[in-house]
This record gives sequence, C-alpha cells and structure tokens, in this order.
Amino acid sequence: MPLITDTPPPRPATDLFMQLPLKKTILLAAAAFAFSASCLAGEAQVAVAANFAEPIKAVAAVLQKTTGHTLKITVGATGKLVAQIRNGAPFDVLLAADTQAPAQLEKDGLTQAGSRFTYATGKLVLWSADATRVDPKGEVLKGGNFRKLAYANPKVAPYGSAAVQVMGQLGLATTLAPKLVQGESIGQTFGFVHTGNAELGFVALSQVLEGGKLKSGSMWLVPQVLYAPIRQDAVVLQRGAANPAAQALMRLLKSPNIQDLIRSYGYEL
Amino acid sequence: MLLTASDLQAIGLTLQVATLTTVILLVIGTPLAWWLARTQSLFKKPLGALVALPLVLPPSVLGFYLLVLMGPHGAVGQWTQALGLGVLPFTFPGLVLASVLYSLPFMVQPVQNAMEAMGTRPLEVAASLRASPMDTFFSVVLPLCKPGLISGAVMSFAHTVGEFGVVLMVGGNIPGVTRVISVQIYDHVEAMEYADAHRLAAVMLGFSFVVLLALHLYNGERRRGTPP
Repeated sequence: MPLITDTPPPRPATDLFMQLPLKKTILLAAAAFAFSASCLAGEAQVAVAANFAEPIKAVAAVLQKTTGHTLKITVGATGKLVAQIRNGAPFDVLLAADTQAPAQLEKDGLTQAGSRFTYATGKLVLWSADATRVDPKGEVLKGGNFRKLAYANPKVAPYGSAAVQVMGQLGLATTLAPKLVQGESIGQTFGFVHTGNAELGFVALSQVLEGGKLKSGSMWLVPQVLYAPIRQDAVVLQRGAANPAAQALMRLLKSPNIQDLIRSYGYEL
Repeated sequence: MLLTASDLQAIGLTLQVATLTTVILLVIGTPLAWWLARTQSLFKKPLGALVALPLVLPPSVLGFYLLVLMGPHGAVGQWTQALGLGVLPFTFPGLVLASVLYSLPFMVQPVQNAMEAMGTRPLEVAASLRASPMDTFFSVVLPLCKPGLISGAVMSFAHTVGEFGVVLMVGGNIPGVTRVISVQIYDHVEAMEYADAHRLAAVMLGFSFVVLLALHLYNGERRRGTPP
C-alpha cells in the first residue's frame, strides 16, 4: 500500500466534529473515508470474453492487492461485448477472444491508439461432465453415441467459430448438425454440458482446468491443426485512456507473474 | 418488408408453441382455477401464490431451475428418462412445458376471477334443477365465465409469443425447434444485424399491439352489452 503514505496526513477535524451529533459525525467520517479511498484507488469497467471469466477474477484480485484498483467485470461473448461497446457501453478495457474485434474497434477510432496486444492464446477442447465419455482422441464425435453436442454461437463467440472449423475439418459438419445446441456464449455452452443436458460440448480449455489439471469429466484437447489459433487481444477503449486503473490492468497483464497465472489455465503466450 | 426463411421459420415455430401452450393451459388451468375459486382448503393461499410465482420470478430463475430439474440428473429429467421420453431441455416439448409454467398465472388468474365474481347463486339454481356437478360446470360455469376464459387464452398466447428469458436458458437456439422470434431478434441484435432485427421487431410490435387492442375492444364491447 505505498499510495497511502503519499497522501498528506488528514487535517485535524475535531473542531468541526465537536459541533455535530454522534450519528452525523460517524456518517461524515465514513463519507470522508469512502471519498479518500476512491481518490487513491481507481476503478475500471472491463468487458471480458467468457472464456477468460475465471482467470480475470484472479487477475483482479492481484490488481487490487498490488495497486488498490478494482475491476468491474462484465462477461459475455466477444461479439456481444463489441456490439455493446459500439452502442456506447461504458467499458474502459476489452479483453476479447479474438484479434479481429479489437482491431476493428481500433480502426474505427474507438480505442486508445497503440494499446492493443495479445494477452493469451486459447485452446479448444471437447468436454463432457461424464468422466468416461470422451476418449483422448475424440473418436466419440464420430461414434455419434450421444444426444446433444453444445457449441457457442459462432456469430458472436470465437470459440464457437473454432468449433465450426473443427467439425468441418473432421468432415462431420452434416452428421453432427442435428445434434447441435447453441450457447449464447462459451459460458452458457459450458453450463449446458456441466448440467449434463448436452453430453458433449466444445468449450475453452480454461473453463475445465484448475491449477493445470482437469477439474472433472473427460476431455479431448482438439489438435491445433484443426482450427485457426484463438489469439486473444486486449485493448484499452477510448474511455479508459485516462483511467489509471485501466492502464494498471494492461501493465499487469504483461507482467511475467500474471502471464504464468494465465498459462496455468491452459493458455499459451 | 422481406422476412428471411429463418425469420419465417421462427415465426411459424413461435405460433406453434403459443397455440399448444394455450390449449394445454385451457385444459389444466380451468379446473385449477375452479378449485382455487371454490375451495376452503388450507392450501388455497399457498397454491395461489405458487401459481402466481412466474409473474414475479425473473425468467433466469425459472430457466435455471428448469435446466437443472429437467436435465439428466434432475428429478424431472430422471422421471422423463424412465418414461422413455428422454431429456427435455433443447426440445420442442421442453419448450412447451417451460411456456406452460411461465404463462400459468395469465390463464388461471382471469378465469379464477371470473368464477369468483359469478358467486354461488347460479350453482344453487342449477343444483335445485337437479343438474349434476359435471353438467353444472359445463353448461353453467363455463358459459358464464367465457369472458375470463377468453382473456386468459389471449393473454397466455400473447405472453408465450413474448417469452424470451426462459427460452434463452433452456432452448439451446436450435432453428425450427427452439429458436423462437424473440431469440431470433436477440441473435440479430447481438450479431449487429440491425436491419434484420428491425424487420422482425416491427412484426412483434404490430402483433402485440393488435392483440391488446382486440382484447380491450372485446372487453369494452362486453361491458356495454351487459345490462346494469
């Protein structure tokens, strides 16, 4: 907490407080404290692609501990977040699940110039909540011995369009089509599979890993040759250009410790 | 105004879901309303509150519980699997079941109100003429409660057409199976296909206005028609 020592010591305010009843004094003191705290530590509104929902919590905790800045996190499919940003949503930073969306925003002058960089490269997995269903080679997809296969809406979710590429590359697009169910984001897709309503689903590796190990169920790590790399870019939006909390988050995402943390969720960097 | 094939499919599906839901609600909602209107049971108030729940519950709560309950590990899911019906989320029957629960108060409450307003007098007269309870129900109660039944049916239908959150949570967005108009519009908006969203949204706006206008006109006409 180095920032606290930088502030001047509080003015003696006893004479003011003496004239007030106790209740008001407490209220005033609380208000003053809240105000000074908000001066020291900023707050950034961050739009986060759903695959990064877990890691961002850990990142936010580190940010708060080291700088006092807090993050207000909104999770959704990248395409939806971009639609919201274009319509004036008050976000300072976008952590997307692709490179196109941030690049397009940058081209349209909606970002802080030069702030864009790749914070992670994601991996796609075929996952089931059932520990025995998915074999290590993903043969289960060809067998067709399942009722529903969940994937994210490819129009708005990059992990969804990666799933579409994989099904196409395997030549299974038409046979799998009747079994497909669509989540509105990779987060909802995970929910469909987690509750068992879909036996299988294409989700992000980051959703099923904890500390580098599979949390539960069974999975097939889809070979990288079957889909274009899911490079995920972060960008500071116009509104965040003057926000110290937003800038601190971007610096933190580039630090080696946080990059190790991100890797522990199965991302590459 | 040109609607795409997938828009028309969504409209067709929505009308199917709404029609089926309304028919089912007429069949189960009417006796339920009758029981609620007549009973002295201790369970009257709790059951009435239970029926009204979908009015105040966020659709996400209803959708979440349905997803868990109807899923393969849920109570309802185990039961439907045992009956050989499979698991209901992401299916047309699942969507109809969700809609029935979601629109239940829109059917039960107008009908129950009409039945309570009717009073006991017509029943006593029917009984004195030796009409059986069944006969009384069909030839006295239902005709007297026709306005309530019509209100309930129209509101249930329109409410089901306007359903969104629950479908989003248990539907899985499958074209022709669970992708209803509201979800289709949401999809268009989220993908920034605003022109497509506009066309379909305008259809919904027009439809909803016409339905409510018709219902108001019908109610107004009826009130003028009845002698004081």
